[in-house]
Amino acid sequence: MSFNRKLLATAALIVILAILPLVVGRDDIINLMFMMFLSVTLAQSWNILGGYAGQVNLGHAAFFGVGTLVARYLWFSGTPIYVAMLVAGLVAVIFALIIGMPTFRLRGAYFAIGTLGVAETVRITVGNVLPIVTALPSNFIVNYDLNLRYYAALVLAVLTVLVTYWLVNSRTGLGIVAVREDEDAGEASGVSALKHKLIALAVSSFFAGVAGGLFAFYHVSYYYQFPFAPNWTFDALMITYIGGVGTLIGPVVGAFFYVTVREWLAVSIVDAHLFVFGAIFICVVLLLPGGLVEAWTKMQRVRLLSRLLRPTPPVKSVVKGRGEQT
Amino acid sequence: MPIDALTQGLVFGILVGALYGLAAVGLSLVFGVMRVLNVAHGELLMIGGYASFWFFSLYGIDPFVSLAATIPTLFVIGIVLHRGLFVHVTKLREEDRIKNSLLMGFGLALILDNLAIRLWTADERSITTVYSGAAASLMGVSLPYVRVGSLLFALVAILALHLFLTRTYIGRSIRATAEDWEAAAIVGINVDRTYLLAFAIGTALAGAAGALVSVGYSINPGIGLEWTLKALIVIVLAGMGSVGGTLAGGLLLGAVESVSVYFIGGAYREVVGLVMFLLVLLLRPKGLFGN
Repeated sequence: MSFNRKLLATAALIVILAILPLVVGRDDIINLMFMMFLSVTLAQSWNILGGYAGQVNLGHAAFFGVGTLVARYLWFSGTPIYVAMLVAGLVAVIFALIIGMPTFRLRGAYFAIGTLGVAETVRITVGNVLPIVTALPSNFIVNYDLNLRYYAALVLAVLTVLVTYWLVNSRTGLGIVAVREDEDAGEASGVSALKHKLIALAVSSFFAGVAGGLFAFYHVSYYYQFPFAPNWTFDALMITYIGGVGTLIGPVVGAFFYVTVREWLAVSIVDAHLFVFGAIFICVVLLLPGGLVEAWTKMQRVRLLSRLLRPTPPVKSVVKGRGEQT
Repeated sequence: MPIDALTQGLVFGILVGALYGLAAVGLSLVFGVMRVLNVAHGELLMIGGYASFWFFSLYGIDPFVSLAATIPTLFVIGIVLHRGLFVHVTKLREEDRIKNSLLMGFGLALILDNLAIRLWTADERSITTVYSGAAASLMGVSLPYVRVGSLLFALVAILALHLFLTRTYIGRSIRATAEDWEAAAIVGINVDRTYLLAFAIGTALAGAAGALVSVGYSINPGIGLEWTLKALIVIVLAGMGSVGGTLAGGLLLGAVESVSVYFIGGAYREVVGLVMFLLVLLLRPKGLFGN
């Protein structure tokens, strides 16, 4: 597809999604779509650092969780929710940079296991300090508007994808990818590895924090510890890889696939979705490192090739026709 | 009196610390030799624990005796996992090896967790032998036989691994491969087979640790991540890939945890280890006992 057609298709999709709540009156579908948008945001934010910058972050849930804490607190203290979400993102960035600055100096597995350690530390501490359920006050529940949450999630998901697009096509984005491909070569040509990793981390954690804010806005009640659970990291990571790591469309496709299949599995086989996704994930890492996006491109290529190789009847008839004329 | 409680806590900490060391040494070996970070190591430990549990509850075999069967079982599982999964990772360059093995280990952990829940339910399991409650007493400090036995086994296993790696021909070939696999291949070491052996030994050691956890403590399908983290903490304390340092790291972690329980309470037991881990990672990434 050419750029203009892609743009048109994207715009059409967004318009359809925007009209959806007006046409579909079912809350379950709206809730499912909300989960999908939240997953797109979380996965795409993971992808900025994990895919484009090549740094495996096993503590994404910590940024998400910090976002929920900050947003919930500010919102309940009277701050408008959208401001609270924004602040949640900024606090997540500060938190992320504190972890990132020391661990990015080390190569290899240090960042991955460091983030895993940080996430578990924060999760256990939150569970100890706030071992309670947070619930919306009654006046918030009375005014609860699901469609509002739906649109907030849609806007956030679109915004995350747009910012990612803008970032990876900028000069900084090229630097980020260069650092992933070869840190030494990048440094040699004047691309600071540390700086570019930190930029990717900042953008990534910002959207994770805002997504946390969205979570705080959406859920009526949950344990404070819940959004810090490692599942949130694993979901984002798996969605990104299944869809196509380091591509713009991958996390979107992955989120659609993941949420739909999970829903379907929950209905047919109880609670086996992690087993199934674990298997799919390993297959992707081993056999199809580009995920569904790569599978699609390969299929297109095979179809094109088979069309070229097939002797097509119309060509024959044209040759015959010419032969008859002469 | 309070000092006695502290001493008792410290002794319990050292006893569990030996298990931390044993749990970590397999992961450390695999990482040191193959540059593969298997985050499903805790799940392998969990499977070892279940193997021991079922040997005991189905056939009544004493958990220390059934180690003779648990260890070979996990060794075979290690071979299968290496041949089926991790062998593909070892063909990549070093940075990609770490990253892809992390990802694969994580997928594997999800599968094993959920498989264990399906097969054996999510119940907490523990082996209770006739001597489980018994304990020796030394100067007022209680020493449960089971945990002392686990400590001794862990010491013997780590020492045996050390001797194997330094005194035998195969052990030396493993170390040579860890140093520089290309040079090892040039002098005629079969690198692929060495990797297979290292991975199988690492898995067997995880299984042994799991068996001891199921008798002295308890197991459930969800303990994998917790034990992987324990092993990672120990490895970071010890310095990556060092076998001798791993035991010291394990004992240190156990001791620090138990002393922290005495001063700030049990709720932060895990956090203390993790904070220590992060501090070492930030200030001295080569590890406390590394060169």
